[in-house]
Amino acid sequence: MNTVFFIAAGVAVISTLLVICHSNAVHALLYLIISFSAVAVIFYLMGAPFVAALEVIIYAGAIIVLFLFVVMMLNLGPVATAQEKAWLQPRMWIGPSILGAILLALTVSLLWRGAPTAAGGAEVGPRQVGAALFGVYLLAVQLAALLMLAGLVGASHLRRRELLPESETKTELLP
Amino acid sequence: MLSILKSVWLVFLHLFRRKITIQYPEEKAYLAPRYRGRIVLTRDPDGGERCVACYLCAVACPVDCIALGATEDEHGRRYPEFFRINFSRCINCGFCEEACPTYAIQLIPDVEMAEYQRQNMVYEKKDLLIDGEGKYHGYNFYRVAGLAIGGKDKGEAEKESPPVDPKSLLP
Amino acid sequence: MSDVVFKLVLIATVLLVILHLAGFLIWVERRLLALLQDRLGPNRAGPLGLFIIVADIIKIFTKEDWIPPFIDKPVFVAAPMIIMVTALLSFAIVPFAPGAVILDLDIGVLLFLGLSSMGIYNVILAGWASNNKYALLGGLRMAAQMFSYEVFMGLSLMGVVTLAGSFNLSAIVHAQREGWFIVPQFLGFLIFFIAALGETHRLPFDMPEAESELIAGYHTEYSSMKFGMFFVGEYISVTLFSALMTTFFFGGWLGPVLPPLAWFCVKTAGFIVVFIVLRAALPRPRYDQLFAFGWKFILPAALLNLVVTGALVLWKSS
Repeated sequence: MNTVFFIAAGVAVISTLLVICHSNAVHALLYLIISFSAVAVIFYLMGAPFVAALEVIIYAGAIIVLFLFVVMMLNLGPVATAQEKAWLQPRMWIGPSILGAILLALTVSLLWRGAPTAAGGAEVGPRQVGAALFGVYLLAVQLAALLMLAGLVGASHLRRRELLPESETKTELLP
Repeated sequence: MLSILKSVWLVFLHLFRRKITIQYPEEKAYLAPRYRGRIVLTRDPDGGERCVACYLCAVACPVDCIALGATEDEHGRRYPEFFRINFSRCINCGFCEEACPTYAIQLIPDVEMAEYQRQNMVYEKKDLLIDGEGKYHGYNFYRVAGLAIGGKDKGEAEKESPPVDPKSLLP
Repeated sequence: MSDVVFKLVLIATVLLVILHLAGFLIWVERRLLALLQDRLGPNRAGPLGLFIIVADIIKIFTKEDWIPPFIDKPVFVAAPMIIMVTALLSFAIVPFAPGAVILDLDIGVLLFLGLSSMGIYNVILAGWASNNKYALLGGLRMAAQMFSYEVFMGLSLMGVVTLAGSFNLSAIVHAQREGWFIVPQFLGFLIFFIAALGETHRLPFDMPEAESELIAGYHTEYSSMKFGMFFVGEYISVTLFSALMTTFFFGGWLGPVLPPLAWFCVKTAGFIVVFIVLRAALPRPRYDQLFAFGWKFILPAALLNLVVTGALVLWKSS
């Protein structure tokens, strides 16, 4: 089990690094998909198959599709790639990488000292997740649902205002 | 919604209909006698060539697939020295048949003209000339034309009165 | 030990059967479409024209594998593999007969949904990597279409999951011993079927490759076996969705007299035929009609189905 975990973790770390460093936006997004899949594997190993499946369905399957959709619509050509390359100068990435290195050192030292039991906890199936969501955290779920409903209505409203002049002309054209 | 299901059902029923496919090499589709297919050159009832090499077919041809050269025999009768049709160009429009004044060039209901080499699609006179009269039986151009030609003088053609002698005063 | 051997044999059998079935379906579809259109279809090569499969395969393998110079090569090459991988992996959770399932996973339904959502990428990436406006349009359409139909597919399956009380496909089949789920979940079945049409981008929902508008959509630039993988991948997903509809709504391998595997195959074959008949019968809707139908009609219907099913299950249990 540990080897699988380390392989998945390594894949996740490397692909995430590539997401940050890659100059081609679409390729970077592809590495993000791989990163999400690796994280899903880790979730599965840690006894949360439901979260692993949701990670793949929602993040790797849906959110990244939207990202890709937008990137494809923007039609970034070789010019954008060159620009990205120009941005990857040492003085650009040296600050964030020092901060990242500090975080990494902290994590490693914590793990070294014997972290709280990470892997091998009790398995959390769909039933437990459902019970938690609609039992203990019912209020939070409903609040989140309200927030999403507000977002939905807002998006629909913005679209409608844009459409209005066109629909008016359409009604005029009708006999 | 119901109409979609109905159309799906109707299309499904077509599974059991009689098929309209004609299994070509074994069974062949009916081609009408006046179908415009391969071009042939016909002969008159006496066995002579009908073509008088007037070039009207070559002129009428919209794709310029007909080439011929005129010549005369010892009686002054015109005939094509060579007659060449490039069937890889021919569009079987039948304009040559309409243009022909002697019923010589005719289109017949034969469409099986596939070749492995493109050069074989060019038909020479010996390939085009058939021994029969084609669609118009008993017609002989030189028998009805007023032309004096080997063995037939002026006024001897069918339905032709003898030539008027302008120098005579007789009625 | 014998368990491992059994699993390996099962995996090999499933792979062999599915891949050959995909080739066989080329012939089935051509013959059946022809019959539905009052024609005969390919019947020359071999008995019933069956050797046309061999001819097709020889042709597709010996064609020039042309990679255009203007494309994004790694993505272009990876795209056709994705559909094969995701569609074939999904067969791991399908129970063919009692005990004959490669991966008896407790989150089987979720795994299938995740794999099918990953399957979107083949079309999107193929469309983008081709660097061709028609391919890109096809990819964009596909992204939007599969993204929306994914939602309904998940929601329509939740009714089945609620009734069976499990995400495990074998458990779902076992739960149908008293009655197939097609009766209580008829609306769910209709929604799942429509979503399956959208997911497999078969006619009438083949927006991403609509020949009359987009040449061939996302696989315009593909040739040889790369095109063949899209082609075969489509048939594999048709088989997959037929198998899943059998499992979810028509009792899987349950049935009298005949052995379980035979029942499973008969039901799956029936759904494949339905897919082909639909292709022959229905015209392609307009792009915006597809989405209006999806979001304004199917989504509320799926939610209603889920709510009513959940309410009934709670009422019965209390």
